[in-house]
Amino acid sequence: MKALVTCKRVLDPYIKARINADGSAVNLDNVKMAMNPFDEIAVEEALRLKEAGSVTEVVAVSIGGPKSEETLRQALAMGADRAILVESDQDIEPLAVAKVLKAVCDEEQPGLVLMGKQAIDGDSNQAGQMLAGMLNWAQGTFISEIKIDGETANVTREIDGGLEKLSLKLPAVVTADLRLNEPRYASLPNIMKAKKKPLDKKPLADMGIDTAKRIEIVGLSEPAERQAGVMVDSVAALVEKLKTEAKVI
Amino acid sequence: MHFDWQDPFQLDSQLSDDERLIAQTAEQYAAEKLAPRVASAFLEERTDREIFNEMGELGLLGCTVNEQYGGSGTNYVSYGLIARAVEGIDSGYRSMMSVQSSLVMFPIETYGTEAQKQKYLPKLASGEWVGCFGLTEPDHGSDPGSMITKAEKIDGGYRLNGAKMWITNAPIADIAVVWAKLDGEIRGFVVEAGTKGLSFPKIDGKLSLRASVTGQIVLEDVEVGEDAIFPEVKGLKGPFSCLNKARYGIAWGALGAATSCWHSARQYTLDRTQFGKPLAGTQLVQKKLADMQTEIAIGLQACLRAGRLMDEGNCPPSLISLIKRNSCGKALDIARTSRDMHGGNGISSEYPVMRHMINLETVNTYEGTHDIHALILGREQTGLQAFF
Repeated sequence: MKALVTCKRVLDPYIKARINADGSAVNLDNVKMAMNPFDEIAVEEALRLKEAGSVTEVVAVSIGGPKSEETLRQALAMGADRAILVESDQDIEPLAVAKVLKAVCDEEQPGLVLMGKQAIDGDSNQAGQMLAGMLNWAQGTFISEIKIDGETANVTREIDGGLEKLSLKLPAVVTADLRLNEPRYASLPNIMKAKKKPLDKKPLADMGIDTAKRIEIVGLSEPAERQAGVMVDSVAALVEKLKTEAKVI
Repeated sequence: MHFDWQDPFQLDSQLSDDERLIAQTAEQYAAEKLAPRVASAFLEERTDREIFNEMGELGLLGCTVNEQYGGSGTNYVSYGLIARAVEGIDSGYRSMMSVQSSLVMFPIETYGTEAQKQKYLPKLASGEWVGCFGLTEPDHGSDPGSMITKAEKIDGGYRLNGAKMWITNAPIADIAVVWAKLDGEIRGFVVEAGTKGLSFPKIDGKLSLRASVTGQIVLEDVEVGEDAIFPEVKGLKGPFSCLNKARYGIAWGALGAATSCWHSARQYTLDRTQFGKPLAGTQLVQKKLADMQTEIAIGLQACLRAGRLMDEGNCPPSLISLIKRNSCGKALDIARTSRDMHGGNGISSEYPVMRHMINLETVNTYEGTHDIHALILGREQTGLQAFF
């Protein structure tokens, strides 16, 4: 079974995001970028499934500019077998992402699509679900465990208040949550070998997909600065503040 | 246009994709696996042997060595980036790696016979074996040409006698690359631990590089076979070519330690409020931070340039002297200043700065002292040697 795994290039999660002066977008000029951490978890899981014999080939796919090649190289260095870059100059919306991935799935015919539950830049958490809908495949989102058993993927989902176990008929789309695994480091020999692994590029413009924007970003703003704490001089004052300011009681 | 205070010259953007990935692997490994144990290792003077296995698994040992011998076949810029990442945690850990890579694996790959390469390199690359390098002697440091360790030809091989001092990794070593005079000429030998007459006594009481064990190599009528000698290389060129590679790595590494001290000073002075405002809001502190940033940024740019030249085969040894001397001297100065900026807290092992500071005392001294490298640069521009 072939596994398709998505790898989005995003702002490095460990650096502070800055917003452009006009408030229209997050500034990405000369900013450190990295693979979306949830996608990294998805790659790791695909590799573990391959090592367990459930998957025979791991194909990494990304949609983005030329620099997304580096993100795919990371997936290849971790152990993916080959990669596909759908070249796009602009950051496309989740619906368009799902459409593009649908086209890739139609061509590649994977038995399983592994995705991060969301990309940490837009935090949309939509592409996986929409892709499953378009393909009319089973879906398991926010998974913390997956086991392949013949034509079935048994997954554990992290839901509010507990865990949900689902049995999915393959092919299926699953999205990885944080606790699914801890991604491996790409070793140096594998980084060097990854340079020779196949990486196919296909221009998004040639795919005949409507990726027109349907969402208008009205504005972006930084989170409000945290206010310094205050000392209250009595329990009564504390209760008063909890009622009137914090409004928690 | 955005100015990245952490990376003013956008060094990151001057790297290739694979160099960036290699740096990322090294940085992640350093932060997640080395950082958690370094404070206790330093305090307890404990060398964690398994670090070699961990580094080996990631391909960090002898990364420039050809894949056919278990290396990763990377370039020297990558090697420098790894050294920076590892020394960002501790100079001792970088020393362990440098010795294995540049002083043991490099000469075996460069000067060794095919049999030596096949026998030793894969085990050294994986970390299954640890290597050490014996050049310095108790009475011969900056002047290794006057060494007294001696090799003599015997039936079927050589007999070695002498002692080597300040040898990183020696007490845990499986093999040693030892330089000795055969008929008055310096030659290299690979000697295996367990050979009769060979011992590696530990040097106790070090106040620096305490997470990296140091010892002596004592050779008392050690007999080795014909297959133990590097067949071709003769004279100081052999050990010096190894030291060139190691010094190049040190030039990057020392700035890794300096960066750790700089960032720590910045954060500490931002967090520490005295007289009603953060220390970082004072002119004295900002001047120091600006100096640190400037020296580190320029120094790294110099290392990158030297690395590119090395990868082209065009990096003269004196340029390595220049960057080794510059990086170590500046890093030591930055560490001392950072220690000072941390006030009383700066002496605590809770902060990395005093550990870096005392480590850098060694790094400034070993592999050619700050002054010795000045003499190399002085000779280059005056034509007058001033060593003696």
